[in-house]
Amino acid sequence: MSIPTDLKYTKSHEWARLEADGTVTVGITHHAQDLLGDMVFVENPTVGRKLSQGEECAVVESVKAASDVYAPIAGEVVAVNGDLEASPEGINKDAYGAWMFKLKPDNAGDLNGLLDAAAYQAHVESEAH
Amino acid sequence: MAELKQTPLNAKHREANAKLVDFSGWEMPIHYGSQLEEHHIVRTDAGMFDVSHMLPVDIKGEDARAFLKRLVANNVDKLQHTGKALYTCMLHEGGGVVDDLIIYFMTESWFRLVVNAGCADKDLAWMETQRDKFAPGLEITPRRDLAMIAVQGPKAAERLWQALPGSEELTRPMKPFTAVLVGQMFVARTGYTGEDGFEIMLPAKAAAFFWQALLEAGVKPCGLGARDTLRLEAGMNLYGQDMDETTTPLESGLAWTVDLKSERDFVGKDSLLRLPLSRQLVGLLLLDKGVLRAHQHVHTKEGEGEITSGSFSPTLNASVALARIPVGVELGDEVEVEIRDKRLKARVVKYPFVRNGKALV
Repeated sequence: MSIPTDLKYTKSHEWARLEADGTVTVGITHHAQDLLGDMVFVENPTVGRKLSQGEECAVVESVKAASDVYAPIAGEVVAVNGDLEASPEGINKDAYGAWMFKLKPDNAGDLNGLLDAAAYQAHVESEAH
Repeated sequence: MAELKQTPLNAKHREANAKLVDFSGWEMPIHYGSQLEEHHIVRTDAGMFDVSHMLPVDIKGEDARAFLKRLVANNVDKLQHTGKALYTCMLHEGGGVVDDLIIYFMTESWFRLVVNAGCADKDLAWMETQRDKFAPGLEITPRRDLAMIAVQGPKAAERLWQALPGSEELTRPMKPFTAVLVGQMFVARTGYTGEDGFEIMLPAKAAAFFWQALLEAGVKPCGLGARDTLRLEAGMNLYGQDMDETTTPLESGLAWTVDLKSERDFVGKDSLLRLPLSRQLVGLLLLDKGVLRAHQHVHTKEGEGEITSGSFSPTLNASVALARIPVGVELGDEVEVEIRDKRLKARVVKYPFVRNGKALV
């Protein structure tokens, strides 16, 4: 599966997208869901929580294991995807569609410090060896 | 790291795009795509597992029965009919569990044991030591020349008959926990899923051919991931998680497999009679949202405990666990489980959680 070029990525396998309204949507990558397997539980941060960059802020659990999700950039949580509570498998079906939460970034420019698709691809390949 | 051992079915797993992992030094399939789908297939139809990493051990000689009566905690004299199987623990002197195993009674001079992959080497060494003490003439033969395939699920029998023409006549009348020889195959009506099914030992050379025949009969390959969620739902212990050398069978939910009534002496019996019982293994059902996992702390009114096996249960669509907690906590009581920085509520429930496709909690 190809890595969307319109998103930014972290080494811990989150993706982030700057929206037209200035918020940043966050999810986990296709590669991350593939490593974890069938998702059975998602715990999102509460709306209003302020996150610093790299902070543990959510958990995804597959049948196999629990995995922390980290804030790609600093900001305040302004929305969470409630659909994932009933249907965590949405992440397996479409990791880039099944967003987890939206941030109002402290500084949208922080996104420039994240990986682009090519750099993330290289990171995934380096982890495989 | 040492090179991983491969079963005779390794090429079949690769052909089927299995995700292979290190399991007790063996390269084994964890799943073939979706662990959840594999789980449901075994509950509703039929799936198969390569369990060739487990080791069959033949015990042969005149003293076989007397030796086993000394070696294991369950009452070997329950084995009176050819093919009958017995689940038991093998203990060390202190009462801790060396391994859990199944014993099949074939003749008075031939019993077959099946032991865990991760314990195989130490089990053989332990059995040889005991043999030298109690039954020096006995032959103990590890059967690495055999492969083992578990076919499990409500449709396991009909699909086995389709895959193995001529087997129906011999295997249809089989009761649970018995075995028969079908040509070169040792067919046992046993399993680790809580469903009907068979565990079949056969010459390693024939394994890939038979696996293919089962595939063509509609049996789906399933990995160790599904095997673990199936056995947990079925309330079956996993060695190394739910019990080990530091726990006795009595504090591992296995009192039903320990024969303390007969006069027979077995290794570890004195310790079991002497040691006070302060811990018990119970089932937990998580009432809040989350997933129970091994090693999470449990808080009860009688003190602290720990989850030994926990998972999301695909059949119940909830999370269940086995936990070792203080005695005095009773069925129906609520306990708290520490998950990350929270304490979530769980109820102590009877297990098995699922049997023959049906939820029991």
